[in-house]
Amino acid sequence: MSEVKNILLCGVGGQGTILASKILSTALVAAGYDVKMSEIHGMSQRGGSVVTQVRYGEKVFSPIIGQGSADILVSFESMEALRYLSALRKDGSVVVNNYEIPTATTLSGEEQYPADSIERLQKLAKTYVLDAAKIAAELGNPKSMNVVLLGALVKRMGLESLDWDAALTACMKPQFVELNQKALAAGMAAVA
Amino acid sequence: MKCLMTGNEAIARGAWEAGVHYASAYPGTPSTEILENISGYKEIYSEWAPNEKVALESAIGASFAGGRAIASMKHVGLNVAADPLFTSAYTGVNGGLMVISADDPGLHSSQDEQDNRYYARAAKIAMLEPSDSQEAKDFVRIALELSEQYDMPVMMRLTTRVCHSKSVVELGDGRTEIPFVPYQKKDKFNPVPAISRQLHSKVELNLKKLREYANTAPLNSITWGSKKVGVVSAGAAFQYAREIYGDSASYLKLGLTFPLPIEKIRDFAAQVDQLIVIEELEPIMETEIRAAGIPCIGKDQIPNEGELNPDILRKALLGEVHEFIDFDASVVAARPPVMCAGCPHRGFFHELHKLKNTIFVSDIGCYGLAPKDIAICMGGGFSVAHGAQKVFNMEGSGKRCVGMMGDSTFFHSGMTSMLEAVYNRSNVLLVVLDNRITGMTGHQQNPGSGFTLSGEDTNCTDIAEVASALGVKHVKTINPLKLDEVKSALQWGMSFDEPAVLITRWPCVLKKLSQADQKEFGSYKAVNAVDPNKCIGCKACVRTGCPAIEYHADTKKVTIDRGQCVGCDICTQVCPQNAISREVK
Repeated sequence: MSEVKNILLCGVGGQGTILASKILSTALVAAGYDVKMSEIHGMSQRGGSVVTQVRYGEKVFSPIIGQGSADILVSFESMEALRYLSALRKDGSVVVNNYEIPTATTLSGEEQYPADSIERLQKLAKTYVLDAAKIAAELGNPKSMNVVLLGALVKRMGLESLDWDAALTACMKPQFVELNQKALAAGMAAVA
Repeated sequence: MKCLMTGNEAIARGAWEAGVHYASAYPGTPSTEILENISGYKEIYSEWAPNEKVALESAIGASFAGGRAIASMKHVGLNVAADPLFTSAYTGVNGGLMVISADDPGLHSSQDEQDNRYYARAAKIAMLEPSDSQEAKDFVRIALELSEQYDMPVMMRLTTRVCHSKSVVELGDGRTEIPFVPYQKKDKFNPVPAISRQLHSKVELNLKKLREYANTAPLNSITWGSKKVGVVSAGAAFQYAREIYGDSASYLKLGLTFPLPIEKIRDFAAQVDQLIVIEELEPIMETEIRAAGIPCIGKDQIPNEGELNPDILRKALLGEVHEFIDFDASVVAARPPVMCAGCPHRGFFHELHKLKNTIFVSDIGCYGLAPKDIAICMGGGFSVAHGAQKVFNMEGSGKRCVGMMGDSTFFHSGMTSMLEAVYNRSNVLLVVLDNRITGMTGHQQNPGSGFTLSGEDTNCTDIAEVASALGVKHVKTINPLKLDEVKSALQWGMSFDEPAVLITRWPCVLKKLSQADQKEFGSYKAVNAVDPNKCIGCKACVRTGCPAIEYHADTKKVTIDRGQCVGCDICTQVCPQNAISREVK
C-alpha cells in the first residue's frame, strides 16, 4: 500500500467527472487508503475543460500532480486526453471515451476539431478506447456514461476488489444505484 | 468517524463543532461553499450579505453582542472589507471572531492573485493557514479561541487548493455549545481617537504576547528527517514540499503564520545545513526571516508568480524534471468557457456590440465572458464608465460609455456607483443584467432574488425602484431575449445627456425557477432546429456565440444540438433566411 498512485480524470463541464471522482475516492477511503482529490470548479460548468486528480496510498501529501506523474489518464472526451497527456507517466496508460464534444472555437469554424485524436493517442501511449456513451445508452440511461468510464478505470488500476456497491450507494440517490452497478460492470468488461 | 471533505466543507464542519453562532459572507470563488455548507448546520445563523464589508461588519456586531462569529470572502473581497477589518483589530472582540480570506494563486477564477497574508501584518492580527481539510476543520476552533484569548479578530487564510481539494478528515465528537459572552458597554467598542490611542497600545501588547506564544504553539511543529535541508513552509506549499523532499529534509510546518515564531525558526535553522523557505506568491515569511538575521533560500529560486506545484518546486530546488510524453499539442483546440445556450445575456450583447464609437465597461460576473473593453472590480462597471465618459466628453471624440453589471453586483457595490453618475451629472448608459440570481459563483440568492441563504422568503428589492430613488430619471426594464426590444432600448438609452438605466430582466438559464419566476417568465423552454434547405451557411447565428449551434465546413450548413437548445430564439431572430424554427416533433 506504500506507493502513491495518481489518477487524472478529464472531460468537459457537465460530463460527470466530478461525481466519478467522488465515487472513486469514497471507495478508496473505505478501503483504508489515504486519499486526496483536487478539482477546479469556477468557470468549468460553462463548457470549459474540467480536470480532477485523485491520489491514493498509505500517506498522500500534495493534492495535485505535475507532468509525467499520472499512472492513468481517464478522458471522458476524445480530444481532452491530448490536452492533459503531458501529465501521464511515459509508461502510463490512457482510458479514452470515443466521444467528441465540439468547443466554441470548433463550432464557429475558427479551429478544426482533430478528427484523429484517438489515433494520435494510440501512437503516443498505451490506450484503451471505449464507447461509453453507447454502452450507457444500451443500459438505459446515457447519463451513466461517467460510471462506465469509472468501471474501465477500476479495471485498469486493478481496484475491482473495493466495495463499489457501498461507494455508489453513498454517492447517489437509491433509485440510480442498480443502473450504475451495471454501468460499472460494463465499463470493466469493455477494457478487460 | 473519517470523512472525505473539501477544505470548505471542513471549515463549515469546524465552525459547527466550535460552537459558532453567526456566519456571514458574500459568495466568491474559491470561498463560496463555506457558507453554503454552514447553512446546512441549523445551530448556526448563516446569511449572504450584500457585500464583504457588510458581512464582516455584521459579524463584528455578532461578536460584540457575545456570539462566536465568522465572516468569509475571497481575497479581493477582503479589500472591500478592509475598513472594518483594521478597526476591529483595535476594538478586539467579545465572542470569538474569525475572518476567512480565500486566496486564488494561479487565478483559477479571479482578476488578480494578490497575497492576503499582508493583511494580517497590516492589521496586526493573528493568522492561521491550514494545509489540508483536517487542519481547515481543526483550525477554526483554535482561531476562535485565540481570538477570545488575545482580544483580536483572527484571520484564516486559505487558497484554492485547500478550499477545493478533498482529503480525509477525522470528525470531532459533536458540537461544543459555547455560551454567549454577556454584553457589557465597553469603551473599546467605541473607537474615538482618545480611546483608539489606548487601543493601539493594547494591539501592540497583544501582538507581543502572541509573538511569544507563536514560538511554543503546537500549530508550529517540526518533523525531523535529514538535517541537510530544513524547510519552513505553510499551507498547500507545505504539502508540495513534503511531496518532493520526503524524508530527505526536516520540516518546520507553520500553522500560525503571523506573527512568525522567529525564535523557533532560528533554533531550527541552527540545526540544519541549509534553510529553505517555501511559500506561494510573495516572499513574506522569507523577508521576515532574513530581517531576523537568519540566512535562507527562497524566492531567489522559487517563482513568486502563479500557483506552486510539486513540479515547479522539484525543478527550482532539485533541478529535476519528470519525463513526460512530448508531442505536437497544437492540434488540441481551445476550450474556453462560454455563455450557456439560452443565456439571457446573449441577446443583449448581440445588439450592444453593434454600437459604434462606444466603450463597453463591464464588471465581474458571467457577462464578463462577453467581449468588453474595460473591467476592474465588483461594482466598478458604472463608476469606471462615468470617469471615462467625463474625459471623453472633454477630449471631444464623441465616444460614449456603457457601464454594465449583474443584479448581485449591483446590490454588492453598484448602487453607490450609480449614485456617482447621477450626482455628478454624467451622461452614461448604465445596464443591470438582471438574471435573477448570483450566476457566476453557482446560484446564490441575493437581495433581489426573494430568498435568503437558508431558503426563507424575504423582501425582493426592485432594481428599477432603487434606480429611481437614487435619482435616475430614465429607467427601463426589458426582456433581453427580444432583440428588437434590446435594440430600441439601447437607442433610447444612448439618446440622453444624463444617466439612463436599462435593466435586462430574464432568469439565468440554469436557474431553478421559483414560483414567482414561473409566474413572471412562464415555461419558455423548447427546442429549435435548422431547415437545411433554407440555411445558406452565412454564420449569423454562429456569431451569437451559442454553444448549441455548430457550423459544418463540409456542408456549409449549421445544426442545433437539441440536448443544449432551450428555445431562447436568439438565433431565430438573427437568421436572415428564416431557416430556424421550433422543432416539429
